[in-house]
Amino acid sequence: MPKVTVDGIEVEVESGSTVLQACEAAGKEIPRFCYHERLSIAGNCRMCLVEMEKSPKPVASCAMPVMDGQVIKTNTPMVKKAREGVMEFLLINHPLDCPICDQGGECDLQDQAFNYGGGRSRYELNKRSVDQKYMGPLIKTHMNRCIHCTRCVRFSEEVAGVSEIGAINRGENMEITTFLENTIESEMSGNVIDLCPVGALTSKPYSYEARPWELNKVETIDVMDAVGSNIRMDSKGWEVKRVLPSINDEINEEWISDKTRYACDGLLNNRIDTPFIKKDGEFKEASWKEALNFINQNLENKKTFGGLVGQLVDLETSYAFKKLFKNVFNSELVDFRQKDILFDTSNTFNFKFNTTISKIDEADFILLVGANPRLEATIISSRIRKAVKSGCKVFSIGDPGDQHYKFKVIGNNISILDDLLFSNISESKLLKEAKNPVIIIGESVLKSEISKNVISSVQTLLKDINKLDGFNILHQSASNAGSLILGLQTENLQKVYDADVLYLLNADEVNIDKKNNQFIIYQGSHGGENSRIADVILPSAAYSEKNGSFVNLEGRVQRSYKASYPPGFAKEDFEIFNDIAKNKGSNHNYVSFDSLREEMINEHKLLGIYDEIQPSDIENLKIEKHIKKDHLIEINNIDYYQTNIVARSSKTMDECKSVKQQPRKTGTEN
Amino acid sequence: MLKDTDRIFRNLYGDESFNLSNALNRGDWKDTKEIIAKGKEWIIDQVKKSELRGRGGAGFPTGMKWSFAPKEPTADRPHYLVINADESEPGTCKDRDILRYEPQKLIEGSLIAAYAVGAKTCYVYIRGEYVNEGKVLQQAIDEAYEKNLIGKNAAGSGWDFDMYIHFGAGAYICGEETALLESLEGNKGQPRLKPPFPALVGLYGCPTIVNNVETIAVVPTILRRGPEWFASFGRPKNRGTKIFCISGNVVNPCNVEEEMSIPLKELIETHAGGVIGGWGNLQAVIPGGSSMPLLPKKVCDNILMDFDALVEAKSGMGTAGIVVIDKSQDIVSCISRISRFYKHESCGQCTPCREGSGWLWRMMERINRGEAEIHEIDMLLEVTKQIEGHTICAFGEASAWPVQGLLRHFREQMEEKCSNLANRKIA
Repeated sequence: MPKVTVDGIEVEVESGSTVLQACEAAGKEIPRFCYHERLSIAGNCRMCLVEMEKSPKPVASCAMPVMDGQVIKTNTPMVKKAREGVMEFLLINHPLDCPICDQGGECDLQDQAFNYGGGRSRYELNKRSVDQKYMGPLIKTHMNRCIHCTRCVRFSEEVAGVSEIGAINRGENMEITTFLENTIESEMSGNVIDLCPVGALTSKPYSYEARPWELNKVETIDVMDAVGSNIRMDSKGWEVKRVLPSINDEINEEWISDKTRYACDGLLNNRIDTPFIKKDGEFKEASWKEALNFINQNLENKKTFGGLVGQLVDLETSYAFKKLFKNVFNSELVDFRQKDILFDTSNTFNFKFNTTISKIDEADFILLVGANPRLEATIISSRIRKAVKSGCKVFSIGDPGDQHYKFKVIGNNISILDDLLFSNISESKLLKEAKNPVIIIGESVLKSEISKNVISSVQTLLKDINKLDGFNILHQSASNAGSLILGLQTENLQKVYDADVLYLLNADEVNIDKKNNQFIIYQGSHGGENSRIADVILPSAAYSEKNGSFVNLEGRVQRSYKASYPPGFAKEDFEIFNDIAKNKGSNHNYVSFDSLREEMINEHKLLGIYDEIQPSDIENLKIEKHIKKDHLIEINNIDYYQTNIVARSSKTMDECKSVKQQPRKTGTEN
Repeated sequence: MLKDTDRIFRNLYGDESFNLSNALNRGDWKDTKEIIAKGKEWIIDQVKKSELRGRGGAGFPTGMKWSFAPKEPTADRPHYLVINADESEPGTCKDRDILRYEPQKLIEGSLIAAYAVGAKTCYVYIRGEYVNEGKVLQQAIDEAYEKNLIGKNAAGSGWDFDMYIHFGAGAYICGEETALLESLEGNKGQPRLKPPFPALVGLYGCPTIVNNVETIAVVPTILRRGPEWFASFGRPKNRGTKIFCISGNVVNPCNVEEEMSIPLKELIETHAGGVIGGWGNLQAVIPGGSSMPLLPKKVCDNILMDFDALVEAKSGMGTAGIVVIDKSQDIVSCISRISRFYKHESCGQCTPCREGSGWLWRMMERINRGEAEIHEIDMLLEVTKQIEGHTICAFGEASAWPVQGLLRHFREQMEEKCSNLANRKIA
């Protein structure tokens, strides 16, 4: 490991690091704009110049590899002058419109100009003006402010996998734009806003909404998909203003998908803030007391009780819901499946993403079985892309459409899995030679008729090469894995749907065929299709308005925190359960959320261990006997921007959807 | 004055045809097979002994550059030879005459250089405006292929060698070697960060040697006549012959091959017919293409034309494009025009050059028009210092140096223009 001296401090850094990293190791802050840890090195902002002994010119520390015995100086007059010079150049054509800039207060240029700038401008000529560029409904541009660091260009090319942002023209006329000013065709495009060190790319929905110092910031997790990305929710008063990624190298690194980032305005729209009772086919506002009494009246003479848990429901609520059914309704019919799907719950291994998200980077063979990672779990798709860049081969059974990396469709029948096993096709050799094979099974092939078959084929396949770890299920919704651990998969799903009393807990994705005499309770945060067919609607807090915990697809338990509070008369779910129980004369009651959580953890010990992945019991894994089966794979169409009720309530998501449906400019039409 | 027998480029003026038979008469392709048979080490050693320095502007020792290439190419990382024919430096037109009148020298030199660095493929990146020159070179390449001088088992040497032409699209910066490689790969022509240097990571990530046309074209003759012959011209470390391009206010603008370290005055008076109006009418000379700082007459009187002497005079040899400026010219206006060129040609990648070159030009214009105030001259100098040395490639220096040269030697003219403004204000 090379030893370098930075300002007289000797540090040892890993070989292959840069001088900038060495300076950081020595505790010296180096200003930078273009350098970003997760992107390639551009070295174009020249802000990170430092003095290096034996070099007549200052060197760009972000790009200079460390060498043994280097002597670096970061606090000499030469460095100070270089920084001031570069800063002055950056500012001569910058509009300095901080008072009306959304980046104000969290702007790298502002901070660094304050710390390293000369403090005055000698430029008296006219500033350059650059036209605004259209980058779609998510990204607002103020290209006058652009300092041409090209972080956005590198992100779109390297991480998102779309070569759609680039620089046109030359010299001082250089402009950053999307190709023909199209919308960026990526589900991760919003990340360029975080990457932009200035206010050139800002969030369109958030524009002029708030100042960063007015916001209440809560580190929590995302529930838009099953990945469990770590996020920061910024709210002002009741309103969640924006969602930003927070760094977690195990999961989302520092990226989040557009849905995660922009669906938050769905938390403000379409909310149920008071109970409703349906009388003569019409909903009437009601008080909690009326609603509860109404429920009580209608529960009389009802025999079967079914409960359905929605996509965004946290562990504690699901647990309390199950207990409510058991203790009060005396029913076990609680399920979470809103479509024909069957998981194997005999071992947690069978429904987890066992490779784990961070290990996808190391994969050298990836097989997608009926999965569309780009839309089902965007962050996982970005990991796969990362693996592809370091040489991984990706194959797919069933065609998921463009994934922004190269992959080969090797058929659309699950019988291909047998071909792989019996080496009938050339890919089986690749699989057998792979060091870290990863097979990802999508929900599309977990339909009840083939689910067992697919799981056993894939497990046999991997067991055969002794790489069982590569078995992965790609869940689509945040509550899936948790519900499976809580045992919410009933034997007969139809029984739940057909129960005399159907209690929908924020479950809006399923089409309910309402029976005569069936009494439907809808308890949720947002109004949707299923609230319309309900007989009574109970308002509850959305996931952002209460504490909770979720299990992500890897089996990692993470806590989500309260960033806002429920609107109107809405209550937290477990409080509503308490009320229903009390009204029914039961003594079922949770004094507080903490006692609820405690009870749940007592029953399910593993749910109390946070942020870690608990290994599955592979020793006792029983792989079902493998039966050959022919079945065509059809990958379910996913309406990416509308997958859950919060996203459906979001105007931004709506706009994204409509923009996506418009034809794209190609440059050849006329 | 160089003897005619010592000239490498006998057909520099196009007196004969460029075609292969004429080239063979002039001695090209003589014993190429035997030269190659002596092996890589021998060739590189001979070039080192000749003390040949790159003719593209930076003057890096050619033999040393060739020795940086890894010893043997691997299957997945072939070596490349790239010829930089993107001659865009204002005041320079030497490569153009090599391309159109002596293309076989370049082709032969490419084969030998490619063999020496282990490359089987050579790309010639020709300036987009050199359409006709490119056509001539293509014809010459076709002829060479026909006679099996290049291609499979080129010239009977046992070395396979292919040569391709790529036309640029009119960007000065694509003459910078790494920007050239980017452009060749099909990307936006922007210089790469160094290290790694192209000799290790170049075209398509493979070891690549980039050389100027003139550098490569003189190699066969050096190897045939011996490095001692070549090194007998010029001062130590500044050996050999060189094509000088003399333009501007001279009686007879020309390209001429002369020995290195020839006095500038002799060069101009012997070959270009002298300065218009006589030596006394000389105001300044830009000795090495527009990016080099100019020299005032008093320096020009005695200066020798070689790398080290010009560096001592705070200028540079550059491409040896000598631009003569007589006293009828407004020197501030001349440099302002050069600044405009650099503002126009900056690639825009890194901050100091992108923002600074435009600022420089605008200030130069203000001073030139007499709109600036006197303190702006000091500011101008500071801005040039802020650009210089802070950029990815040498373009920063290229845009800053002409202005610095002007400030160093002709500050009075600038102050005079500015003080006119002061007078006007009082009136």
